[in-house]
Amino acid sequence: MYNLIISLQTHIMEKELLNEQEIERILMRITHEILEKNKGAENICLIGIVTGGVYLAERIRNKIKESEGMDVPLGSLDISFYRDDINLAKKHRVIKPTNIPFRIDGKRVILVDDVLYTGRSTRAAMDALMDFGRPAEIQLAVLIDRGHRELPIMANYTGKFIPTSRNEKIKVYLKEISGKDSVVLIV
Amino acid sequence: MKDLVGIKDISRQEIEEILNTAKAFKEVLQRDIKKVPTLRGRTAINLFFEPSTRTRTSFELAEKRLSLDVLNFSVSTSSVVKGETLYDTLKTIESYNVDYIVIRHSSSGAARFVADHTPASVINAGDGTNEHPTQALLDAFSILEVKGRLDGLKIAIVGDIIHSRVARSNLYLLSKFDTEIRFVGPPTLLPQNVPDNVKIFYDLKEGVKDSDVVMLLRIQLERQNAAFIPSLKEYFHLWGVKKDTFSYLKDDAIIMHPGPMNRGVEISTEVADSSRSIILRQVTNGIATRMAVIYLLTPKEA
Repeated sequence: MYNLIISLQTHIMEKELLNEQEIERILMRITHEILEKNKGAENICLIGIVTGGVYLAERIRNKIKESEGMDVPLGSLDISFYRDDINLAKKHRVIKPTNIPFRIDGKRVILVDDVLYTGRSTRAAMDALMDFGRPAEIQLAVLIDRGHRELPIMANYTGKFIPTSRNEKIKVYLKEISGKDSVVLIV
Repeated sequence: MKDLVGIKDISRQEIEEILNTAKAFKEVLQRDIKKVPTLRGRTAINLFFEPSTRTRTSFELAEKRLSLDVLNFSVSTSSVVKGETLYDTLKTIESYNVDYIVIRHSSSGAARFVADHTPASVINAGDGTNEHPTQALLDAFSILEVKGRLDGLKIAIVGDIIHSRVARSNLYLLSKFDTEIRFVGPPTLLPQNVPDNVKIFYDLKEGVKDSDVVMLLRIQLERQNAAFIPSLKEYFHLWGVKKDTFSYLKDDAIIMHPGPMNRGVEISTEVADSSRSIILRQVTNGIATRMAVIYLLTPKEA
């Protein structure tokens, strides 16, 4: 018997979907949409989903500060403990402690995530938030919506809708972690 | 990883992963709702063949905070007194389809035996004089929280080291980091042979000199009858950590104790209640650390 080893040379292709400038403009637009929908920054707070969402939420917070002169509360949420598949969650990545240093009761919470895909992360995030209190409202802001929802979830603020196939990957690079701002599609 | 039987078997990287995860669970414990749905629908059993209130309570709370269903099985109420073997007890428990087994047993190696004979994840909560891995992990977590690091620290472990599974697990853990380890106590309670990275001291003041951390171990009262120490009073006089011991330590040194402590034997009341003592912090951290261990273990798929 021979063992046949088939080696497949996989060609990985990266295609840039958004560059630094485009990301900046999108965040600017989302910030204005948030302020428009909520009639200002009164009573809102931003909570970023670890990891990418945290930096995006921070940037939106800074833009709100520039535009309204107001500091809105900023938190970060790790959803690992709320995922519906624990083994997947464990493989996922390093856990970061959740940090929500304010009460969310009665607040309009704006959840921020980098990519909206199946909707399962958003579901987990909403469950987690409910353990922190009773917000007046939860809204969702995402940089990319790549489709393929498995739950009835929709973003209130979408940076860019990018139809993808399930085999493709979306990678979001942010300056705070990777030293550059870019969104790429990996085929 | 399926089981946590001993610190000896795991790498520094795995230890760091547990400690990092424990940090996230500590935040959970500070919330109004101190519970996450992570392990909903799964079952844990605490199998205690040796009396223990603290460790069992700590595990039970950790399990409940993870939304596990919890069963407690202790020797005084169990079939063991009716003559059942450990193997048969295990197989009975397996038939309940439990996912996590926490075991404490007076025989060294009992946890390994159970781990090798069940698909459930097994956590050693103390086996004979062998290991008590979650205690060492919570100790490391507590040191890290206060000192910010383990590497470069001088750590003195004082007391009944030869009979202590806590000391053994701590030795294994601290040896995986760049620490200076000292064993301090009367010759009858210290091991004859120690690894190269451990220094032995029979004198308390010399042993704790310039240390960053002093870990005290409980002197079991029955040791006195077995003539390991002349008397508890004499032990306190020579090796008990008292206020005046502080002058030999680093200024920011901390005092630790796995509990339950004997005031006036291994530790004086002033020391136990001083701001240097992080004994109660260890108790809180025990829950977070045990949550992290349970969370990170993966039972074998049936």
